[in-house]
Amino acid sequence: MLLNVENLNIDIATPNGSLAAVQDVSFRVSKGETLCIVGESGCGKSITALSLLGLLPKVAKRTARQMTFDGLDMQSMSKAELRALRGDRLSMIFQEPMTALNPLHTVGRQLSDVYRAHRKASRREAKERAIYLLKQVGISNAAQRLNQYPHELSGGLRQRVVIAMALMCEPELIVADEPTTALDVTIQAELLRLLIDLQKSFGMGMILITHDLGLVSRIADRVIVMYAGQVVEAAPAAELFTKPSHPYTRALLGSVPDPSYPRMKPLPSIPGTVPSLVSRMEGCHFFDRCPLACDACRQPIQLATIDKDHEARCIRVGKGEIRRKVVA
Amino acid sequence: MLSYAVRRIAMACLLTLFVSFIAYSLIFAAGDPAAALAGNASTAADADRLRQLYGFDRPIIVQYLHWLSGVLRGDLGTSLYFDQPVATLLLERFTTTARLGFFGLVLALVIAVPLGVVAGRWPNSMVDRLALLLAVVGQAMPSFWFALLLMILFSVKLSILPASGTASWQSFVMPTIVLGYFSMPAIMRLTRSGMISALESDYIRTARAMGLSEARVLFDYALRNAALPIISLSSAQFGFMLAGSVVVESVFAIHGAGSLAWESISRADLPTVQALVLCFSLFYVFFTMVADMLNAMLDPRMRSK
Ligand SMILES: Nc1ncnc2c1ncn2[C@@H]1O[C@H](COP(=O)(O)OP(=O)(O)O)[C@@H](O)[C@H]1O
Ligand code: SF4
Ligand SMILES: [Mg+2]
Repeated sequence: MLLNVENLNIDIATPNGSLAAVQDVSFRVSKGETLCIVGESGCGKSITALSLLGLLPKVAKRTARQMTFDGLDMQSMSKAELRALRGDRLSMIFQEPMTALNPLHTVGRQLSDVYRAHRKASRREAKERAIYLLKQVGISNAAQRLNQYPHELSGGLRQRVVIAMALMCEPELIVADEPTTALDVTIQAELLRLLIDLQKSFGMGMILITHDLGLVSRIADRVIVMYAGQVVEAAPAAELFTKPSHPYTRALLGSVPDPSYPRMKPLPSIPGTVPSLVSRMEGCHFFDRCPLACDACRQPIQLATIDKDHEARCIRVGKGEIRRKVVA
Repeated sequence: MLSYAVRRIAMACLLTLFVSFIAYSLIFAAGDPAAALAGNASTAADADRLRQLYGFDRPIIVQYLHWLSGVLRGDLGTSLYFDQPVATLLLERFTTTARLGFFGLVLALVIAVPLGVVAGRWPNSMVDRLALLLAVVGQAMPSFWFALLLMILFSVKLSILPASGTASWQSFVMPTIVLGYFSMPAIMRLTRSGMISALESDYIRTARAMGLSEARVLFDYALRNAALPIISLSSAQFGFMLAGSVVVESVFAIHGAGSLAWESISRADLPTVQALVLCFSLFYVFFTMVADMLNAMLDPRMRSK
């Protein structure tokens, strides 16, 4: 087990009170495995990712029952220990390539800085390593690119540089937070392909946050679906796509295999969608939008195992529950 | 970088030329120089004679070109009051003031930048609050008042520093402190806000995600970005200090360019005033240029513009 997170909670202090942005989220990633996190904007995916690297903004507080990386307790790590881990064994790719690089240093310098932060290497060695990685991420004339500054590169190239940076020390786990969302659609697929190829060739575990469900179905080993700070469904990818259980997951997938299943209003048509978490919600977070909501859904709903490795947070899910209720 | 530097220098030269012409013309716009020179008890004939003697009757552009050709040969004319070539006078006075301004700026930077970095890294910490207090006091207290307080303490009570003059290095201590304290608050606040916004930026988050050391993140990544506006502000502050040194020079009885400006304006010593205005603007243009070049050295985006 590479990464084990149990009952992660993140509270964000806002002027209107404390926001329970992430509630009891648990997941695991093994060596070389791909975990996908899906869910609408604002449901807490990014801060979950940031919290893994200890990069939360000051207003956010993290607690977890357990959080280990390769058996090391991340919660009791000193700042220096965590820093040694980041960029070396555990790395991250961000959503916004246009601003992710320091505008004042060359690409080569920024790549070398990462390498030299973790390895005893001369400038020459770091430079060679940088060239090697730029080639790996598909940048031609890598040696010349080293002397360029971020503003001289397109968004796609910058994101390749960020990926190269994240891979400088061959991490065992990479966290990619919507790595192509900000890019031109024409290059999104190509860049994702590259990332996945690199993951394979480097043998990395990966946590990929994405909206691209087609991609998820192709590459994920395991998927967690988040809604308003909670995991509403977690399952092996194959199972999730064949047997989506939670009403929200079903709506996301847009595929309703069971004709008797009532339809939710299409997601984008509901304004102010994801509920504000400032006032902690008692019952099911999905209540307002759920076509199956009933009075019983106003109590706290637990994440329950419905099948082997398959969990969902809905009182109507499990053992054919939905079918029975709806048909009845 | 080279092409940027060449362009920037050319621009500075043009700017200087333009400013010097404006400055030259303004003196005439302020009134009839011949009448001012002749004084209150003079007749119109006296003024006429002076007008011809100094060539005030010729078109301004002709006078300006005549003056400019002198300037280019290093001839700034002769002071109407001191009986000395203006160039000699200026060199001596400007050296004193420039030294004062330089030490003042160095002192301001040495205090403001580290304080601003700490305050920006740990906002609302003890250091941040103290720095704010120091800045507010510095901004609220008039320079002459602060100068007098220092004088009372160090010269009168403790007798360890001379109260006036430029006889020894000790004489520069208090004027430097006053000038430094004058420009410290602005630089400190700018460093602080620059650090705060740099540390919130995405590239700092990336640097942290890649495990760069805190020192590298703070100084090489954040401060470098925060430094750009600090450099511009410092050059402007240096200009202010040169111009604003009048107060400090008069309190500490220092014969610098500030007091020279004051004296020559009140005595209508035109060649001196013109040369002073030229020098002040030259300094201003020069330091703005230096600041821009430093910024261009740090920031590739400026070079490629
Ligand atoms: N720095 C912050 N300050 C205040 N609230 C934040 C901050 N970052 C995130 N949030 C809040 O936390 C919630 C989850 O955000 P995020 O993790 O970015 O969502 P996602 O990545 O799933 O779109 C949102 O409601 C957002 O408003
Ligand atoms: S618990 Fe109730 S409201 Fe929530 S998803 Fe299930 S049926 Fe819908
Ligand atoms: Mg996000």
